[in-house]
This record gives sequence, C-alpha cells and structure tokens, in this order.
Amino acid sequence: MPRWGMVIDLDKCTACQACSVACMVENNVPIVGQQESQRNRLISWHYVLADAEGEYPHFQARFIPRPCFHCENPSCVKVCPVGATYVDEEGLVLVNYDRCIGCKYCVANCPYGVRYVNWRHYHWPEPMEQALNPAVPLRPEGVIEKCTFCVHRLQKAKREAAAQGREMTDAELVLLPACNQACPASARYFGDLDDPESTVSRLARSPRAFRLLEDLGTEPRVYYLAEEKI
Amino acid sequence: MDHEKFGKHAVLYRPLVHTGKNYYLVVAVLVLVLAWGVGAYIYQFTTGLGVTGLSLPVPWGMHIINFIFFIAIGFGGTLTSAILRIFNAEWRIPITRAAELMTVCGLIFGTLNVIFALAKPQRILNLILYAHPQSPLIWDVIAIGSYMVLSIVYLYLPMIPDIATLRDSLPKRRRLYEFLALGWNGSPKQKKRLERLIDLLAVLMIPTAVVVHSVLAWIFGMTIRPMWHSTIFGPYFIMGAIFSGIGALIVVMAILRRVLHLEGYLKPLHFNNMGLLLLIMSLTWLYFTIAEYLTVFYGNEHSEMIVFWAKLSGEFAPHFWTQVLTCFVIPFALLISRRTRTITGTVIAGISVVIGMWLERFVILVPTLARPLLSYPRPTYRPNWVEWSVMAGCVAAMSLVFVVYAKFFPLVSVWELEEHEQ
Repeated sequence: MPRWGMVIDLDKCTACQACSVACMVENNVPIVGQQESQRNRLISWHYVLADAEGEYPHFQARFIPRPCFHCENPSCVKVCPVGATYVDEEGLVLVNYDRCIGCKYCVANCPYGVRYVNWRHYHWPEPMEQALNPAVPLRPEGVIEKCTFCVHRLQKAKREAAAQGREMTDAELVLLPACNQACPASARYFGDLDDPESTVSRLARSPRAFRLLEDLGTEPRVYYLAEEKI
Repeated sequence: MDHEKFGKHAVLYRPLVHTGKNYYLVVAVLVLVLAWGVGAYIYQFTTGLGVTGLSLPVPWGMHIINFIFFIAIGFGGTLTSAILRIFNAEWRIPITRAAELMTVCGLIFGTLNVIFALAKPQRILNLILYAHPQSPLIWDVIAIGSYMVLSIVYLYLPMIPDIATLRDSLPKRRRLYEFLALGWNGSPKQKKRLERLIDLLAVLMIPTAVVVHSVLAWIFGMTIRPMWHSTIFGPYFIMGAIFSGIGALIVVMAILRRVLHLEGYLKPLHFNNMGLLLLIMSLTWLYFTIAEYLTVFYGNEHSEMIVFWAKLSGEFAPHFWTQVLTCFVIPFALLISRRTRTITGTVIAGISVVIGMWLERFVILVPTLARPLLSYPRPTYRPNWVEWSVMAGCVAAMSLVFVVYAKFFPLVSVWELEEHEQ
C-alpha cells in the first residue's frame, strides 16, 4: 500500500501562489467574494503562509506553501463525532461531505488551519460555473472542506495504469496534484513515501527536510526542504 | 383563597388560583423577546452560520459559550437538591424545586445551543446514526443525555405528592393532575417508596453531573491547542459549574421571593448559607485560576505564552480582568463580612458571579482559537446581533418556563416542608 506524501523545496519556491490558484480551479473551491474574504471566510485549500523569523537586522521573511498535511496521526479525525472525516486505505485524510454536521471540532483541533467552513451557500459568478471541474463534487453550505491531495487525479491515474496493465511511475506521480503541476519553479514533489526509490522518499530523507510543528506528534506527510543560508 | 383545602402553606398555591395583570405583561414581554430570538435563529438556519460573527480561525463562539454556560448553571440545582439532600441539610427544602427546574432548563437550553452552533443542524441525527465514540462530542451526547433524563425524573418525582394535593383541591385541570399524580394517595408505603427512589436518584445524579461537566471540559482538554490541552480542565469546569450554579440560584431565589411573596420560606438564613457556599467557591475559583495560569507562566512555553499574554495584557485583557473582578473581587468583598452578606449583598454577588462565569467561558474559548499556531491574517471574533438575539431568546424562554410552571405547580415543595415540620 502506498503512503502518499509531498515535498516542497523552499529554496526553489518563489511564493508566486500559482499552487493556490490552481488548487481553487481544480477543486471547485467556492469564491466567497471580497466582503466575506475580508471577514476571514476565505476558502483556500492551499494557502501560502507568510512567516517572519528573527529580529532586525537578522530578520528573514519566509513563505510556506501549506496544503493539508494528511497527518499519520490526524488530530482532526479522532475528534469528529460522526466519522465524517476519515483516513482512507492509502492514508489520505478525507471528508465525507454527505455526513458532516458542521460542528467544526476538526477545524478547532487542526493545528495547521487547513480546514475550511462553508459559512454560506456560495455562488460562482457567471460564467465561471461553466468551468467547474466535473471530477470534484461541490460542497453544500455548512460542511467542512479541505485539500484532498487531488485524490480524484490519483484515482484516475491509477485506473489508467491498471487499464494498461502497469504500475504508476514515479515520474507521473511527482506532478500529479494540481498544485505541483502548476508550480513554475518545479519546487513541489508528490509520490509514495514508502517506496525507497521515489523522489519524495529520497528528498524526505535529506538533511534539509523538516515538517511543520513536528513536536505535536501529528506526523505530517508533507516535508519541506529548508532554505540554504545565504 | 380557601385555607381549608391548602392548609397553612396556602400562599404557595396562590399563583395557581390567582393571576394578576402584571403576569400577562411579563408573559407578553418574554414571548416577544423569545419570538425575536426564534426569528434570529430561523434567519441563521435558512441563510447559514455565515450570518453570525464567526469566521476562521475562530469557528466556535457564543453558541458554544452558552452551551457550556447554561449547562453549568444547571449544576446549581443538582448541588442543592442532590448533594445537600445527601448531607441532610434541611434548610435546602424550600429551594430544591426551583433549583431542580433550573437544572432542567439549563440542560435543555444548553443542549439547544450546541445545535445552534452546528453549521448543518438538519443532520443532527448523524450523531446517533454514525456516532464515532472516539470523539469527546459523543461522550457529551451520552453524558448529557443521561443527565437530562435523570434531571427530568428527579424534578418530577418529588412533585407527585403536591400534584396529588392539586388533584384533590383545585377545581381546574383535574385530568392533567390526575394523570401526573400516578394514583398517589399518601399512604406510608407509597411515601417510603418515593423517598427511596428520590434518594437513589440523588446518588445517581452526583456522579452523572461530575461526568457531564468533565466531558464538557474535555471537548477542549482533549485538543492539542495551547491553554486548552490542560489536565486541570475537568475539575476546573466542575468547580466553575457549581460556582455559577450557586450564583444563578441566588438570583432566582431572590426573584421568586419578591414576586411570589415567599418571604416566609426563603429567609435571610437561606441567602446567608448560599452566600457562604458562594464565598467558598469564589476562593476555590481563585485557587484554580492561579494554579492554571501560574503553571503556564512558569513553564513559559512559546505557543502557550502567546495565548497567555493575549488574555492578560492583550486583546482579551478587558474580558480577563473583568472576570477576575466579578468572579473574585466583588463576591469576596461582599460575602466575607456578615454585615454585607445580606439578601441584597448575596444577590449582587450572585449576579456578579453569573456575569463573571459567562466571561470565563469566553476567556477560555476565544483567545486560544484566535491565536492559532501558524500565522493568520487578522484573527479575531466579535459576536454579532444574531448571536446576542439567540442568547436573549434563550434567557427569555427559560424565564418563561418558570413563569408558566408557576401557574401549574407550586415552586416550593410543600409536602417536604410539611414532612419536615412534623
């Protein structure tokens, strides 16, 4: 069984946020509008965190692209009272939109803030609703949604490989999620962390690799490669 | 008013036979406020939770605060009617029924508030159909469900002898009273059974209440958020529930005393005793709060200190220090001396504690959420008119329960008084 994971090279990342935009388009993420967005209701499965480190003159601004980390020990899954958020067979943390009751406990307990609430019924401005991706379900008002590691793309790739009677290759997996595909700096990698030959497992073992808030014990499956000191 | 029928405690039955003009005025005002609250919730239900002041990273707000606050207030009832019963504190008798009614009200409206906090309330049954027992919210469903059943039975059982009196003496609503009296005839055998049953329930109520307030606390304690993930939360919430429960009960007692002319039953002694309990709890509150905050401060862990300073000197300092003033300074100053531990003094202390404990729920809930571990633009939370309206509606509804109840049943347990006099 694969263990899907991601590696993001912060040295290559230019914080252009193409990943966030690609994610919104790919996953039919609702456009909440300016007013709602100013009230912190923005839904952005992929978000680029701005982080300031140190004090002048040793000050450094960091930008950290943040998808869902699909933790091995997800704090969101255990607190869900109805089992609407769950870990699938391949370790992805997903949401059953038909079961979620909108209690927002998972939102409160996710230390990374990857979970978003459909505060209202959001409309897509015309004619954007015609560009919706038929492979991704729309979420009703009131439920929680979040990054799926583009599970629909993964399933499609798996079906295609199976039809051709082969395994998925590392090369096709690396750029599989929409965010990775859109990255102009080629800073992002996706793949099987359990496969010792895969790009992600090789990079995750790099001395530059770290994960966010590692001491919480959530065991995120997204690794970052730290910037080399300039 | 015929005294032969009701005996020397006729004044306790007065509201059932006599209805003044003011009564309708009070009911009209309460119904109006309730209707406003219901309207606000219907607006929220149809438009979505987005009409409230909630946003990210603060997905929980006033509805959750009131959920905990109302259920906590209910502990005042369990304390007086169950704990004091077990300790044979006879002075509690005139208070118990109103206190137990307060418990039932708190539980019902507290539970309603957690439903108000759901973004998809029409799927509430999923909590039973797809219950995921690993979640502290399911522990709550089980604990609060049991507590609610026990409390309602515990309110009803001691009413039976009084209902039987009403059945025999009141010309109206005979069928209702006949049904509710369950064929009570006051024989020694029936009395003995009833007493044993009430004792049994009293013993069951106490651990259930402890579990309820612990699991309420564990909703927060089980998370990995700074200043929530703390072992003190269970005991802290139990203590806080008793504290706010006593405060609220003193206020309810004072209102009933004034409105129903219960001066002969709710005497300065009762306010003095409840005031002393409130004083003890106020000091306990201070101890728990110092224990919690000093431990965090001394440990000096970065993520916890961010929340700590947000409370003590940052955005939430007004809430925090008002809470210290109303939970400790005011009640302590008023209740420490016999001269100010009068009815007025204890009532002011009670009101102060109720406000303070509401603020404490706010100070526990919001700052931790508003200071997420990773950077977030402009994180804050301000409740808006929808949330305030729903809260006002809940308070009006609870008052209405008392007001209507008073027209159907005596708010003081008459038979227990008579028993005690013998």
